[in-house]
Amino acid sequence: MLDSETAMTANYLELLKARLGPDGFATSRFRDNERVVVPQEKLGETLRLLKEDGGFDMLIDITAADYLDYPDARDRFGVIYALLNTTTGQRLYVKTHVNEPELNLSSAVPLWRGADWMEREVFDMYGIVFEGHPDLRRILMPEEFTAYPLRKDYPLRGRGERHNFPTITRAEG
Amino acid sequence: MALGVPKDIMLTRLDYLANWVRANSLWPMPFATACCGIELMATGASRHDVARFGAEVMRFSPRQCDLMIVAGRVVMKMMPVLQRIWLQMPEPKWCISMGACASSGGVFDTYAVVQGVDRFIPVDAYVPGCPPRPEQLIQSIIDLQEKIRQTGTLTGREFERRTASEAPVNLVPKLNPDNVVVAPGDFTTATKTQP
Repeated sequence: MLDSETAMTANYLELLKARLGPDGFATSRFRDNERVVVPQEKLGETLRLLKEDGGFDMLIDITAADYLDYPDARDRFGVIYALLNTTTGQRLYVKTHVNEPELNLSSAVPLWRGADWMEREVFDMYGIVFEGHPDLRRILMPEEFTAYPLRKDYPLRGRGERHNFPTITRAEG
Repeated sequence: MALGVPKDIMLTRLDYLANWVRANSLWPMPFATACCGIELMATGASRHDVARFGAEVMRFSPRQCDLMIVAGRVVMKMMPVLQRIWLQMPEPKWCISMGACASSGGVFDTYAVVQGVDRFIPVDAYVPGCPPRPEQLIQSIIDLQEKIRQTGTLTGREFERRTASEAPVNLVPKLNPDNVVVAPGDFTTATKTQP
């Protein structure tokens, strides 16, 4: 079991080293949680490589993290892609860091159609724009909402948007 | 009139009749958005049967209802829809705010959840609970029936006088400014970490 696991691990590492160079990406690992951190401009080809040659055919989730108040952070946002190899059951987390003002990433929709709504959610909550997305608009908040709620500088209770409606009194009916 | 009968005795008897008719056939419009909707369905099911009280048909068209039961939390994206449904209901109409979330926002004091639908819709009865048991909802319908019998009129005159908004008023302006305690972490600073 362990031998085949290390063999699988070496598989995608070799691919990434061949494409990005041995210093082009960072890895970390805790028990069975394996992560690869790539730079922003290499994300598209990394995901394509992992899908087509690495066997990671399923995208589980795309999410983001805001490191604004994190003690030792160098970059503001991290965008995390969770991948799964359905034949071997291996999971991998691919992470990039983005900073303002270039909050752009290439969209994963050409690779996985399921990335559509996931990227819309990341855009809605954090404001990260995915280039090449067919229909990038808000998905959870209403279209007229102007802020990005899950950023750390947005207060939990909002800035008054939730109560910005006309009141209907009894007499108006 | 020639007889010594008060002029509006006819009207009070008509009012009484209209109230009796309306109270005993409240057709609910189930505006179930979340978990309270399940308890609303349970109230309409056979064990706790709300049809005993006249709420026979839960019509999903607002044009055919006279009681809107807002069951569940209402988010800001849903609020205009709620107002539109309320306006589509014909008079006389009443509203029951079911559960903690519809009455006050419940546990969800966040950027997306409206803290009580009574800020934007006139509410007649509030049912506390998370979720309220079917018996509590039935009690609120009984109380609403009582309210209709006591304050209802044939032509709906009692609604015309209520022109003030019934939303909760902010308490802070009423306090003496010296007595206002500035607690740490109000909504603008609540998400900042401590240095």
